Amino acid sequence: MLIFEPFFLRALLAGIGLAIVAAPLGCFVVWQRLAYFGETVAQAGLIGVALGLALHMDVTWGVLVVALLVAALLLWFGRQKLVGLDSVLGLLHHAALAAGVIATSMLDGPPVDLAGFLFGDVFAVSSTDVTIIYVGGAIVLAGILLLWQPLLRLAVHEELAAAEGVKRDRIRAAFIFLLAVTIAVAMKIVGILLVMAFLVVPAVAARPLAGTPERMVLLTALIAVASVVVGLWLSFAFDASGGPSIVIVMSLVAALSLSWAALGRGSGATR
Amino acid sequence: MAGTDTNLTAAAAAPNACGHASSHGCAHAQADHNCAGETPAFNPDALISARGVSVTRGGRDQLIDVNLDINEREIVTLIGPNGAGKSTLVRVLLGLEKPTRGEVHRRADLRIGYVPQRFDSDVSVPMTVERFLTLGLGRNGGRVEDLLRQVDAASVAQQQLGQLSGGELQRVLLARALLRKPNLLVLDEPAQGVDYSGEADLYNLIGRLRDEAGFGVLLVSHDLHIVMARSDRVVCLNRHVCCSGVPQAVAQHPAYGRLFGPQAARAFGIYRHEHDHHHDLAGMPHPASGDNDSDSPEGGSAC
Repeated sequence: MLIFEPFFLRALLAGIGLAIVAAPLGCFVVWQRLAYFGETVAQAGLIGVALGLALHMDVTWGVLVVALLVAALLLWFGRQKLVGLDSVLGLLHHAALAAGVIATSMLDGPPVDLAGFLFGDVFAVSSTDVTIIYVGGAIVLAGILLLWQPLLRLAVHEELAAAEGVKRDRIRAAFIFLLAVTIAVAMKIVGILLVMAFLVVPAVAARPLAGTPERMVLLTALIAVASVVVGLWLSFAFDASGGPSIVIVMSLVAALSLSWAALGRGSGATR
Repeated sequence: MAGTDTNLTAAAAAPNACGHASSHGCAHAQADHNCAGETPAFNPDALISARGVSVTRGGRDQLIDVNLDINEREIVTLIGPNGAGKSTLVRVLLGLEKPTRGEVHRRADLRIGYVPQRFDSDVSVPMTVERFLTLGLGRNGGRVEDLLRQVDAASVAQQQLGQLSGGELQRVLLARALLRKPNLLVLDEPAQGVDYSGEADLYNLIGRLRDEAGFGVLLVSHDLHIVMARSDRVVCLNRHVCCSGVPQAVAQHPAYGRLFGPQAARAFGIYRHEHDHHHDLAGMPHPASGDNDSDSPEGGSAC
């Protein structure tokens, strides 16, 4: 039986763990319209990969450090008002990818498997990787649980929450830190190009079906876990790569869900 | 951005456009603003006390040396043309923005209920009105229903936030602000997107709630007619405080006429003084050429 193959079991464990951790973060990313922000931070991770390889340490740490630096840079550039944040994201997103490709190619030693980092290799995760996902994931979930109330208030109306005394900058910084941790941890499974899909797509799929924020997080997790199971099975059956297979399954669910909303159904779909 | 705009900016920023430097033409109806430039001390009894607040963004003065007190149980209406810095002042008072110069003192027991201008964008969090009202405030079931009824929004309690109309959203935001049992209610252009009678109702409601609950009110508006009648004090802002005082005094104040035109004052029903001159963009008086002074009651003429 396929499920008893250790490599498949590890892939399943890693994918399910990540799906659960990514659910609340993905919801906040969708609510606060941070998808492209996360995308930029994630793609800068390639520089982090190069950093990790050059310093002979786990690339997760390199990705985490670079993700945080890029997030700080984005907030800094956001202080000017001459160019919109979307353009700043466009700038950094491409600059980071270009720098990452060059940095990985300049490393000594054997050539880096770029595709592995860009798209991940879920069937190659080690038991250490699985441990990292569950330990890192537990930290992220604990953080989200702790910050749930203020995060939610900021997501509904930022100025109102701030005027009512929510420490906007501190909460936002904490959220970005949690996002960076998730990206760093998820990178090995789905790769830096698909990390944000793992966060955003299930949340998008869940949005039209949910009437409360909590239910949306639960639904997001359910859709993501189901997509991991189905995606991995399809990937094995059709000999396709794992990460992209999962993302395809999620995307199909999201497409169906959005079509439903476009027909005027769903929770708060129309005005 | 034509030359007119540039002129306006220059005129409003120059102190003597208001007569500060020369003959002190900006005589104040109530002495809460010192035109000579000496900043008075903070008022310890006021809910909020702002002194010498200036905000400069990108080399452009948005607020110049603003002094403002809001006292207990007082309805203060902040009026001024678009771009006068009303929202900036509110953001500074709320602590959402730091002033470039000057200071804001908030009384230790200050509890603000804030009704923002509008939602910045569509609400994407799935949430009912009822849940939104209690978010971060703990359980308060009975009061929620009660307040929704008071603001005439009881029927939307179970609706999703994202499905509300502009007017409904405004009333829900008011209910949320009131639910916090504020001693200062801050409303930023609450009548936007509400029709005329709805606006009158809204102000009557706010006035009645103030009488019952005894909170102070800071109301931002660029509409003058209904607002002024309800206010204890009107502050007329065009980057600096042009004039302030009880509604009648402000309506008769020359700076008010310059800012909004005599038509606005006539609509208010007290002010019947006819201008025998008008001001050009630099604030210099010219002999009147007919009654052409009143064609733009909300025009951004230099104060």
